[in-house]
Amino acid sequence: MSQLSVENLDVYYGAVHALKGVSLHAEAGEIVTLIGANGAGKTTLLRTISGLVSAKSGRVMFEGRDITRVPAHEIVALGLSQSPEGRMVFANLSVEDNLELGAYRRKDKSEIRKDRDAMFQLFPRLLERRKQLSGTLSGGEQQMLAIARALMSRPRVVLLDEPSLGIAPLLVRDIFRNIVEINRRGVTVLLVEQNAHMALSIARRGYVLETGKVVLEDEAAKLAANPEVRAAYLGG
Amino acid sequence: MSTFLQQLVNGVTWGSVYALIALGYTMVYGILRLINFAHGDIYMLGAFMGLYASRWFHAAQDPSPVKALLVLLTSMLLSALIGMLIERLAYKPVRKSPRLSALITAIGVSLLLENGGVLVFGADPKFFPQLIPQKTIALLPGVAVSNQQLIVLVVSIVLMFALRMFVLHTRTGKAMQAVSHNHMAASLMGISVDRIITITFMIGSALAAAAGVLVALQSPKIEPYMGIMPGLKAFVAAVLGGIGNIPGAVVGGLVMGVAEVMVTGYLSPTYRDAIAFVLLIVILLVRPAGIFGKAVTEKV
Repeated sequence: MSQLSVENLDVYYGAVHALKGVSLHAEAGEIVTLIGANGAGKTTLLRTISGLVSAKSGRVMFEGRDITRVPAHEIVALGLSQSPEGRMVFANLSVEDNLELGAYRRKDKSEIRKDRDAMFQLFPRLLERRKQLSGTLSGGEQQMLAIARALMSRPRVVLLDEPSLGIAPLLVRDIFRNIVEINRRGVTVLLVEQNAHMALSIARRGYVLETGKVVLEDEAAKLAANPEVRAAYLGG
Repeated sequence: MSTFLQQLVNGVTWGSVYALIALGYTMVYGILRLINFAHGDIYMLGAFMGLYASRWFHAAQDPSPVKALLVLLTSMLLSALIGMLIERLAYKPVRKSPRLSALITAIGVSLLLENGGVLVFGADPKFFPQLIPQKTIALLPGVAVSNQQLIVLVVSIVLMFALRMFVLHTRTGKAMQAVSHNHMAASLMGISVDRIITITFMIGSALAAAAGVLVALQSPKIEPYMGIMPGLKAFVAAVLGGIGNIPGAVVGGLVMGVAEVMVTGYLSPTYRDAIAFVLLIVILLVRPAGIFGKAVTEKV
């Protein structure tokens, strides 16, 4: 049984058929990546898994439990969290408050503090800015905060939506190194990326999504070598 | 000079009432981007709940400060429950609809409360019992404050301070700020957006009810339409301060109260109601986002 599996998911955004029978799975301890062009449905898929968008048909299973109809705020408590596209940090709150909100469903105060310090170790730039309003951070720092905040709920699976979007290339490498580290600590990662090159370099397996359908799935290394993928997503 | 100071004292007292009402407008707007036009009627209901509470506690026959406090708290609690019911029954069903539907719903709820009030309480004014006998305290030669005014001020300040502490320093308060910033991100944190909306309506309604009781202490004639004008003016106060902004609502309310009292004192009582809307027009022309508001370009 996979830790997370999506089975035949159909999702509509108004009249738009955004996901057409999508299936995928992630095994415990994996980094799985989902690549595809803008508008392919990657973000919709993550939002559906997190319960923000409701599915027309199909289901989402998490650790043996059907979470298709579970509301978003309960899914977090089950151990599946997300760092959303566009980061969505709470701009008018401090870095610390953002992290605290990430642990909103937890009651173990001293453990929360430990986890917060662990996040500061993983992302030292956030430590320097802990009292600063998160709206004043750079794009890369906000991305780090969004990831750290998603980890504060102690998820067993984390969904990362475009962590490289609009971020300086140097920081992108840092962030990907952090993702590998997070995964090494036992968190399963489902990574959505337009930066297919980076994503395939750290993932074990990958899926290619085109206009709402999974068109390819394979081991990441094989996808990276696939001529079609190279032509479409890796710039030849 | 003493006249001016006296007017200022009166204005600040009156303004703190507007501020209490304006807080409810601004909090609900902050969370839902909805102007809750029924909010002024919650202020009216607060006064009536206070009236009933003072009957239960026999506060009219045997007034005491403890009973006055009980009346205030009972009214706040009942009105909070009414606020919660209104949100659940009227606003929640239209939350996913276009914003205009919610606005029309709000106007409908307002009419329902006013005319329902006529039905239940009767159209003729009721007398709010004098829970605290009036005394005048001289501050300076020619400047006096009544003990009732002081109570209004002190209670308002305590409530606003409590609200500030709640919003800035509690887990639920921070969740409220998160929801007001972004519903989707808030639910990704595990925050139940529905629950936060309910709490917001309850707090806003309790504050408006407190304003209703405080006003009724001073001017004891209460009737079902009494919420319309103060409600509108408090709405203007919220816009003045920058709608969605909590300190802005307080400042807007104070500015409104002082302006109103000054106009009454120095110009003519005729312009008393007009000044609110003059202020609205001026702020919309000069600084549409309000005193504390940030100019936000609406994303299309």
